[in-house]
Amino acid sequence: MSISRRKFLGWIGAAGVGSTLGKSAFAGGGKHFEGHPDSFGVLHDTTLCVGCRSCEAACAKENALPVPDKPFTDLSVLQEKRRTSPTAYTVVNKFDIPGRKTPVFVKKQCNHCLEPACASVCFVRAFEKTAQGPVIYDESVCVGCRYCMVACPFEIPTYEYDKALEPRVMKCTMCHPRVMRGEVPACVEACPKEALIFGKREDLINIARDRIRKYPERYVDHIYGENEMGGTSWLYLSAVPFHEIGMREDLGVTPAPELTSGALSAVPVVVGLWPVFLMGLFAISKRKEAVSREEMEARVQSVSALAEAKLAAAMETAQKEKTAAVAKEVQKALESAAQSRTKEEI
Amino acid sequence: MSDNAAMGAKTWLTPFNVVTGAIIIIGLVLSVLRFTMGLGAVTNLTDDNAWGLWIGFDLLVGVALAAGGYVTSAAVYLLGMKKFHSAVRPAVLTGFLGYALVVFALSYDVGRPWRLPYPFIMQQGTTSLLFEVAGCVALYLTVLFLEFVPAAMEWLGLKKLRKLIVRLTLALTVLGVVLSTLHQSSLGAIFLIAPSKLHPLWYSSYLPVFFFISSIAAGLSMVIFESSLSHRYFADKMDEAHLRENEGVTLGFGKAASMVLAGYFIIKVMGVAGGDHWGLLGTPYGLWFLVELLGFVALPSLLYAVGVRNKDLTLIRWTAGWTVLGIVVNRLNISLVAFNWQLPSSQRYFPHWMEIATSVFIVTVGIVVFRFIVTRMPIFYEHPEYKDIH
Amino acid sequence: MMETIFYTYQDFYTHTKGVLYLLMFAALFAIALLWRFLSGRDDEETIE
Repeated sequence: MSISRRKFLGWIGAAGVGSTLGKSAFAGGGKHFEGHPDSFGVLHDTTLCVGCRSCEAACAKENALPVPDKPFTDLSVLQEKRRTSPTAYTVVNKFDIPGRKTPVFVKKQCNHCLEPACASVCFVRAFEKTAQGPVIYDESVCVGCRYCMVACPFEIPTYEYDKALEPRVMKCTMCHPRVMRGEVPACVEACPKEALIFGKREDLINIARDRIRKYPERYVDHIYGENEMGGTSWLYLSAVPFHEIGMREDLGVTPAPELTSGALSAVPVVVGLWPVFLMGLFAISKRKEAVSREEMEARVQSVSALAEAKLAAAMETAQKEKTAAVAKEVQKALESAAQSRTKEEI
Repeated sequence: MSDNAAMGAKTWLTPFNVVTGAIIIIGLVLSVLRFTMGLGAVTNLTDDNAWGLWIGFDLLVGVALAAGGYVTSAAVYLLGMKKFHSAVRPAVLTGFLGYALVVFALSYDVGRPWRLPYPFIMQQGTTSLLFEVAGCVALYLTVLFLEFVPAAMEWLGLKKLRKLIVRLTLALTVLGVVLSTLHQSSLGAIFLIAPSKLHPLWYSSYLPVFFFISSIAAGLSMVIFESSLSHRYFADKMDEAHLRENEGVTLGFGKAASMVLAGYFIIKVMGVAGGDHWGLLGTPYGLWFLVELLGFVALPSLLYAVGVRNKDLTLIRWTAGWTVLGIVVNRLNISLVAFNWQLPSSQRYFPHWMEIATSVFIVTVGIVVFRFIVTRMPIFYEHPEYKDIH
Repeated sequence: MMETIFYTYQDFYTHTKGVLYLLMFAALFAIALLWRFLSGRDDEETIE
């Protein structure tokens, strides 16, 4: 079935009009993104943390998490390195550093990245980096594929594997509802030592830089989270190298979406060009088939033409020979008749 | 009368039926456990290891080994290689069942399988490669179904409907190659998000290309592998054309596989060079990487070449099986072995026996359905009423 | 379509990839139509 030229052009025209795109303005021009302006963050000064676990208790209360076996006042849990769990959005870990009299305590929870890997990989957009700063999770759409857990470089999201019907991904919310009400996250409010301070991310970075500048012997000259994975909303200061307190320093500064954007951008090109290449191969192979068929037919024709020519030549020769033979016989007969007549006369 | 009934019972209790029956019963029990008590009851998945055997094997290996469908269709319908025609239907069937089983297995692995349609009907996570995989797999499963269904229609006598669908063959073949290129490569690309978790010898920005190229070798090898098994167990269902063409298919696909594996080997080496990872080859993980690269890529490439040159069908068939094993090794390496390589061994993952049993159950279901279809529908032979297939 | 400022790569890509998926579907249809148009009169003789 073929379509008329007019019809085809009509369809293309309609499609063209329908796909007119509007304009979008980018912050900063080109493709440089600096995050939502005036978004909040938390600065965790680990030199001030005493490992009291008040933050853990406040978090569990605020999020109505189940009461753990060992109470939050039990500091013996610090003997083991813990990670977040479905019932613990945040944990405090203790690090005994050789050469230091007192251990270093570090609070661990979702870092609320500026470009979260979890949001980048979620195929139902269950994660959202809010304008206020917290990265929040929408359990009403989550399918439970757990790609977010694979993607998070800080190994934060946890899963309710023990639930059959409504398992959820569990992680710190930076108390988004409280932040929206103008309050600070529960852990920040609970901390007795102000090891956690809440504020605008830009301000926190300045405060951190200030502390490093004022007390260079107290701090390692690095604000963890300023650039890691493209920057996080949770920032850290430390007296010792960060890898000694369980924080990876090999994550790089590339934001998560950039890790897969190359592969993702190949997709439309494949869709656009593969059909062209493949139909080209099809057309070429069809053409080859047709050509070889034509050549075959031509060869058959020429062979049969040759055979016919040969036959005709042979028949002509045979005819000539026959005529010659007949003529010869006639000649012979005439000669013998003439000979016998001559004999008779003598 | 009772003799016939006894005979009936005897013919049902073949070794094949007994074994597959037992596996299926165990599988059904495990399924009940999985869906009433949650993933934690039947798997060794943890917060550190969110993806286990069901993703590494059922999904990743399953999709790679089902690639024979698009490869064979492309060879016959796009490149016009008619001498492989008898291989199309078995390859399409293997592909269709492969992808159907992948979706089936996925319903076990995700936390809320009834929400699997959500990316299409609720919210679109367009930045996610998993979104792209999900869309492509869903569309490709439809393509494979439409490519398979004429055989079922011939069995059911639905002439008109079959004719309608057969007209779509060219479009389906092109779409099949496009979709397969996309999702085979994207399954590799999903690991690009975790450079800090995948060992540098396996992590590469070329992961999508590695997955795509190896899927071609996997598809070619699976066609040879499946046909050698089918010739052993279903030869009585095969028509003259099928039996006659088999040698050509084995040699032709073996030749192609040798070249594709060689190309794959070359780009893997270039990947090592590009990351300057030569020094890592001497580490334990490096040695395992070499086992995978030399033993399961370079070696089968050479064995295929020798087999094709000497027209040694047996060697080619064994090499096909070895290559299939190599694909399993590669996909498991990327998802389970080289993934989270930096975690202490106490935090590493090994599948629970119930995960393994479930995977065996799923594969068994596939084999049983395969057998049901090939013993009833024109897969290995041309239905006498429909000899118009090219 | 909309006058929005994108503050993050995530938001930018979510938007552009969404548009691209729609374009991909459109492209497949368009190419199929073009092919049908080109092959429509393949059985007839060419005009020399």
